[in-house]
Amino acid sequence: MSVSINVTVNGRGYQEEVEPRLLLADFLRDVLGLTGTHVGCDTSGCGACTIIVDGKAVKSCTLLAVQADGADLTTIEGLASNGALHPLQEGFHEEHGLQCGFCTPGMIMAAWQLLERNPNPSDAEIRHALEGNFCRCTGYENIVKSVRAAAGSAA
Amino acid sequence: MSSAFNYHRAASVDDALAVLGQHEDAALLAGGHSLIPSLKLRLAAPGTLVDIGHLDELNYIRQQGGGVAIGAATTHHDVATSTVVAGQAPLLAQAAAVIGDPQVRNMGTIGGSLAHADPAADYPAAVLASGAHIVARGPGGERVIEAGDFFVDLFLTGLQPGEIITEVRVPAQPPGSGACYAKFPHPASRFAVVGCAAVVAANAGVCTDVRVAFTGVANAAFRDAGVEGALGGQPLTGAGIDAASAVAAQGVEVLSDAFAGADYRRHLATVFAGRALRSAARL
Amino acid sequence: MAKYIGQAVKRVEDRRFITGKGRYTDDIKLPGMTYAAIVRSPHAHATINAIDTSRALAADGVVTAFVGQDLADAGVGGLPCGWQVDFKNGDTMKEPPHPVLAVGKVRHVGDPVVIVIAETRDQAQDAAELVEVDYGILPAAVDTVASAGEGAPLVHDDVPRNVPFDWGLGDADAAAAALDSAAHVTTLEITNQRLVANAIEPRCAIGDYDSARDHYTLYTSSQNPHVIRLLMTAFVLGLPEHKVRVVSPDVGGGFGSKIFHYAEEVLAIWCSRQIERPVKWTAQRSESFISDAQGRDHVTKAELGLDADGNFTGLRVTTHANVGAYLSTFSTCVPTYLYGTLLQGLYTTPAIYVDVTAVFTNTVPVDALRGAGRPEATYLLERLVDTAAHELGLDPGELRRRNFIPPFDGVEQPGYQTQVALQYDSGNYAGVLDKALEMVGYDDFREEQAAARAEGRYLGIGFSTYIEACGIAPSAVVGSLGARAGLFESAVVRVQPTGKVSVFVGSHSHGQGHETTFSQVVADQLGIPIEDVDIIHGDTDQVPFGMGTYGSRSLAVGGSAIVRSLDKVKEKGAKIAAHLLEASEDDLEYAGGKWTVRGTDKSIGFGDVALTAYVPHNYPEGLEPGLDFTSFYDPANFTFPFGAHLCIVEVCADTGKVTLKRFVAVDDVGNVINPQIVEGQVHGGVCHGIGQALLEGAIYDGDGQLVNGSYMDYAMPRADDLPALELGRTVTPCPHNPLGAKGAGEAGTIGATPAVVNAAVDALWHVGVRDLPMPLTPQTVWQAIQQAGS
Repeated sequence: MSVSINVTVNGRGYQEEVEPRLLLADFLRDVLGLTGTHVGCDTSGCGACTIIVDGKAVKSCTLLAVQADGADLTTIEGLASNGALHPLQEGFHEEHGLQCGFCTPGMIMAAWQLLERNPNPSDAEIRHALEGNFCRCTGYENIVKSVRAAAGSAA
Repeated sequence: MSSAFNYHRAASVDDALAVLGQHEDAALLAGGHSLIPSLKLRLAAPGTLVDIGHLDELNYIRQQGGGVAIGAATTHHDVATSTVVAGQAPLLAQAAAVIGDPQVRNMGTIGGSLAHADPAADYPAAVLASGAHIVARGPGGERVIEAGDFFVDLFLTGLQPGEIITEVRVPAQPPGSGACYAKFPHPASRFAVVGCAAVVAANAGVCTDVRVAFTGVANAAFRDAGVEGALGGQPLTGAGIDAASAVAAQGVEVLSDAFAGADYRRHLATVFAGRALRSAARL
Repeated sequence: MAKYIGQAVKRVEDRRFITGKGRYTDDIKLPGMTYAAIVRSPHAHATINAIDTSRALAADGVVTAFVGQDLADAGVGGLPCGWQVDFKNGDTMKEPPHPVLAVGKVRHVGDPVVIVIAETRDQAQDAAELVEVDYGILPAAVDTVASAGEGAPLVHDDVPRNVPFDWGLGDADAAAAALDSAAHVTTLEITNQRLVANAIEPRCAIGDYDSARDHYTLYTSSQNPHVIRLLMTAFVLGLPEHKVRVVSPDVGGGFGSKIFHYAEEVLAIWCSRQIERPVKWTAQRSESFISDAQGRDHVTKAELGLDADGNFTGLRVTTHANVGAYLSTFSTCVPTYLYGTLLQGLYTTPAIYVDVTAVFTNTVPVDALRGAGRPEATYLLERLVDTAAHELGLDPGELRRRNFIPPFDGVEQPGYQTQVALQYDSGNYAGVLDKALEMVGYDDFREEQAAARAEGRYLGIGFSTYIEACGIAPSAVVGSLGARAGLFESAVVRVQPTGKVSVFVGSHSHGQGHETTFSQVVADQLGIPIEDVDIIHGDTDQVPFGMGTYGSRSLAVGGSAIVRSLDKVKEKGAKIAAHLLEASEDDLEYAGGKWTVRGTDKSIGFGDVALTAYVPHNYPEGLEPGLDFTSFYDPANFTFPFGAHLCIVEVCADTGKVTLKRFVAVDDVGNVINPQIVEGQVHGGVCHGIGQALLEGAIYDGDGQLVNGSYMDYAMPRADDLPALELGRTVTPCPHNPLGAKGAGEAGTIGATPAVVNAAVDALWHVGVRDLPMPLTPQTVWQAIQQAGS
């Protein structure tokens, strides 16, 4: 049984027929070809698949695509506007907040949620807000700096 | 990842009840943050998912009497950040704020968490110590379940087949009371190894009301009558709290796993009872 | 003239990753692609009595399925081990077959048994659930030490006592004599627990057989595509190597676990040939936990002898090293040549002996994991030293200073010959410790600690002064020690006619920032803008050969290969420039991207010379056109980074929880090309080391089931588990490679772990705690406090 869904992803509308069991992360990756959203685990633990759904950071591996029917989604591919990087993307670049890059899209989206709710977070608040995202490369040190830099530049 | 299933996006609670009635192997989907992980690991294989996560009629926070009523599909984030909840049901706000991580709190719902009844979930302790009621609607109509009757066993609640949680009602808290949810999180899952919710009220330095509930400690969350009995009617002092906390989780079959064996977990229960009570008593 | 080297040049690879345009293996979708699911053993040890795939084959979308016997019948070989370590008595290493799909018997939970291929991933998984395997469950060998004892179940019938090899290094008699006559002997029984690498990108492999060209392409999340191709073609599938292309695109972290040749790579290629369609396999995380090679897992008794003045007189180490169920690619060298050879540490200990017994168990194979052998060596040494300091009432810094090897630069002063085969290149060991103590404010801390104790709070500081062998490795040396490969690196520098430069390197980058660091080297050496340089890696069709990225070797070995090729470019360029300038080569100097006739203003730019090399109208007689050089660099020695890590912790008396208050790391990794990248490597390494100390550890039950095989159970550091890291650096150049670089990828991991544990023990020594087993979970620490107090 396929279900028809309508979603807006990075400003573009899509209508697709999907199997109910299709995860939102797999919908983005396999159906829409938006492979910037990564899947790193099967227990909602790593956060690599974090995207924004209707203004909220969610783990897209723990949503069914059908649950997103009617929603407005932003993925890492949609964060820059008109070729200009988002302050978080700039921050991660300037402060070396990424190494292998695999956790990076989810990390940036989780940080996006933090800054949207708390534009001027302390380092402790940044660390706490990223508790749903694993990075195995950076030791988080430069990720914290990156988010701090983005908060500063957006202020 | 998961086995195949049918999907029904419910138009209303009544619609969801009807579909549940028609399909024995149907399961409810709200935030999905308990269900979908088990689907992915093929630990659950329902034939039909009935999605109620988007229903406005289940998504609200209202002042009600001196207390608060929370719709079952309200997310942890909304509960954690609601000024109404912070004022009227502080334990629920505190518990909601430490569930999982920000992304989980954005999706997970209070009704879903309670219905799942994970022995290490945060809400059950808060709901118990708050003296809350769980409102469920089923084929036979609506009924109100006392929190104390709700958490039966490991992943087992007082819900009947075909019932849907619609609301959590938290009564007015005792005047002048304080509350605290203190949690020792598992470093991997962030579930509670031990979570203690405490409400304390005092008059002229004497404890007039005390409610202490634990999650993570046993198969189901529970009120700790031993601690409550040891503190109620006694002078509300640090020493009194320490003495009462020391009897935490006595007579309870305590959970044991690789991270925390039963002895250690029982010890943690005494520690977190003390922390929650001291904070609730503003000591 | 360094414009880029030494600067924090922002990474050129970042843009694709921060915009979601990275290309990892699982991002690749080929026309007609099929998807594989693998049925794995749920038992640690069992006979396979029967396999029934009929229901799976009949399921929706299923293309085919194969069992182990299918591969055996087709002549597919087993996965090879890359390093032979023979028994001490000269007997040959026992190397039982490691089949791609199990035949007859499974030997660990996760051992692959059946591959099912379908049109979609869900269909493959649905069908895999329908495969029926009749197992005859056998008792499992699980415990590292007990499995080598009498009566333990045999993992391989023809390997007595489950011991594939044993090994010794050093002077056993001298070490025994030193311990016998020592004024004090410090003894520790140490378990260096099993770790799971957990690169956040799960492994993935795509096989693509092109029948038109009779050609194979393997896309794989590997740290070393050339070695995978060599092992797979020569040892497993017997395919013509030139008909196989292996591509490792962007790889989401490795930490060692993606060095090795895995069954799924063979399966993807072989199955693709059978069905003439591309086959993709992507691990689920729960699958990674039982199929990625794991790390560490040593059980060791270590004894350090000291004389009355606190000088180390002898060290004896006896280790059982769990290798899991099969010998993974580099499993044999990790607990031997990468471990025993580091037991000199930074100290002048005159007598050392290490004895290692490798042990098969019914667990996931064990192989290199960030640091690989060196963390195990450093952990026991540094725990011994801090423990000895406590036992003797000496300051741990002072005890180290008494025993440090004096400074030597490897040029004026010779390298330091250790008792365990290696010759250190250069070092100033007291220098890093002094700097770290200054950064941490050591005297002030001791006062703070005393004040905290008076309040009943437990504060402690832990020391770790480490050395590691990186820049792996001189081929002749490792060959004489049993390596079945050379460990050089290659680099092609291809100057394009317009003066732009493409560099093809054998080192693979999966987070290390090679595209930036290597570009900095090339741009500076040629005096050209960094934008004119492109680094290409990870494709056997583009890069001549590569030994891959591990052992902190890419800059020291791969970077040196680039420098060799750049030298050749400049040498040939000078001939062309001399011709064009009508001058003698000897009168030319190269700087700022141009050749100048010394003492004149006559010069010609790099771009003009490049163009001339490809448009050789006016050209030196007898000189070949083109400006394109390949070099292979085989290092003269290992490199030896070192450092001092200091950690301050507070232990909660109520819960036993250890909280990191500060972490100071002073590392000397030789010359630094990009300090920001080096710091990032150290941050990540330290975090990994802290993870081992406090959080991580694979737990197997008595039946060989991995108890904590998911992110719900296996704890790893998160952002809010760590304090801000405080880094310092000293620079002692490596004397034997052209960049003077030593390597930075593993330093943090090696140094950090003992610093954390030493700090926790320091916090609790006064209440009677003498040792703490890793990971220092709250329960573990709380129990230790209770036991010490009772």
